[in-house]
Amino acid sequence: MRITQGAFSFLPDLTDDQIRAQVQYCIDNKWAVSLEFTDDPHPRNVYWDMWGHPMFDNPDAAALMMELNACRKLYGDRYIRVVAFDSSHGWESVKLSFIVNRPAEEPGYRLERQEAAGRMIRYATKPYAADKPAGARYG
Amino acid sequence: MSAPAFAETEAPQDALPAAIDLHEEFETSGVKDILAELDRELIGLAPVKRRIRETAALLLVERARRRMGLAHETPTLHMSFTGNPGTGKTTVALRMADLLHRLGYIRKGHLVSVTRDDLVGQYIGHTAPKTKEILKKAMGGVLFIDEAYYLYRPENERDYGQEAIEILLQVMENQRDDLVVILAGYAQRMDRFFESNPGFRSRIAHHIDFPDYTDGELLRIAEKMLDQQNYLFDDAATQAMTEYIARRRGQPHFANARSIRNALDRARLRQANRLFERAKGPLDAKALSTISAEDITASRVFAIKSREGERK
Repeated sequence: MRITQGAFSFLPDLTDDQIRAQVQYCIDNKWAVSLEFTDDPHPRNVYWDMWGHPMFDNPDAAALMMELNACRKLYGDRYIRVVAFDSSHGWESVKLSFIVNRPAEEPGYRLERQEAAGRMIRYATKPYAADKPAGARYG
Repeated sequence: MSAPAFAETEAPQDALPAAIDLHEEFETSGVKDILAELDRELIGLAPVKRRIRETAALLLVERARRRMGLAHETPTLHMSFTGNPGTGKTTVALRMADLLHRLGYIRKGHLVSVTRDDLVGQYIGHTAPKTKEILKKAMGGVLFIDEAYYLYRPENERDYGQEAIEILLQVMENQRDDLVVILAGYAQRMDRFFESNPGFRSRIAHHIDFPDYTDGELLRIAEKMLDQQNYLFDDAATQAMTEYIARRRGQPHFANARSIRNALDRARLRQANRLFERAKGPLDAKALSTISAEDITASRVFAIKSREGERK
């Protein structure tokens, strides 16, 4: 099941040229771009790992592309996203975030039902991938 | 927030142009302006200007060929600037960045000027991230490495400079579209550097040698520098400056235009002191902006010479 998080996720995967153009757009707007990766695709997982520092003072998107390729070399079997932060109102806030790399196979989610008091039912979604220990989930 | 622009999908290529007017290209691309500016603002440096003109012609033709579908690869643009200190290498590098930007060979046209300290780390594992950080900053523009030979220290085999060199070479080769590297330094030491790092030599297409300025050129540079700061020499001061340049050249650590700039800074200091101590009553603009002979002849350069004369 193809996960859809962040911008553009209902589109086909962006090509490198398209990613570069988006990143350049962010940089031209004075947003700081950075890369994050994870192997826990749960939509409520906001704690993705950072790949290096946010890139504050690189005027060209080639810098991010270089880091992205380095990140793919190491974590090509995980999700990688580009995050752009805007600091114009005094604090850094996410302006744009989109997935730029995903595992070859995305097993999807299991729906878990739990019976609570009074036969009430609680639902939880769990990624099948999370059954395996972190670091060994994909590929 | 405005919606992020979507990357333009590759439009089907327009029909290739049948003919390209190089002279029109020369004028519309802005290359003509840059070359004219170079001629106007930089004094002397005739061989450098000629080389830049040649390089610009080559790049212009290359661009035309690319448009007509005759060439596909980005030409190697990495350069080395050799010459003594103060001969205008950094200034020309700035113009070069502008030139390459106008010709569309680099996307941003900024210049990142670094030395060994900015690239090489202090402990194991420090160098690679540091070098990469600088490279990332320079992407889309020009990376200017001043005194590049300090990167390579053969006397210390554990020196981290080698690591920086390897990363540089790799990026220079693989990301020619993203970055142009200009190495600069003294001619002889650069030659030795290239001998011991053949990887650099083969990746650098343009070697430009910066000659020393003549005395006359240095005087014109001095006048131009003063003019920019709204100062001027009186006649005696021009004489003194001519004398100063001739003497200063004979002394160690002569750094061409940079020595002149420093000399002028000191002359302004002396002028200010002179005015402050001797002026009675109000001063007009002319008095405030005139450098006179005594501001220059008070220099150490004259003193040393005369002391040597006494000894003889």
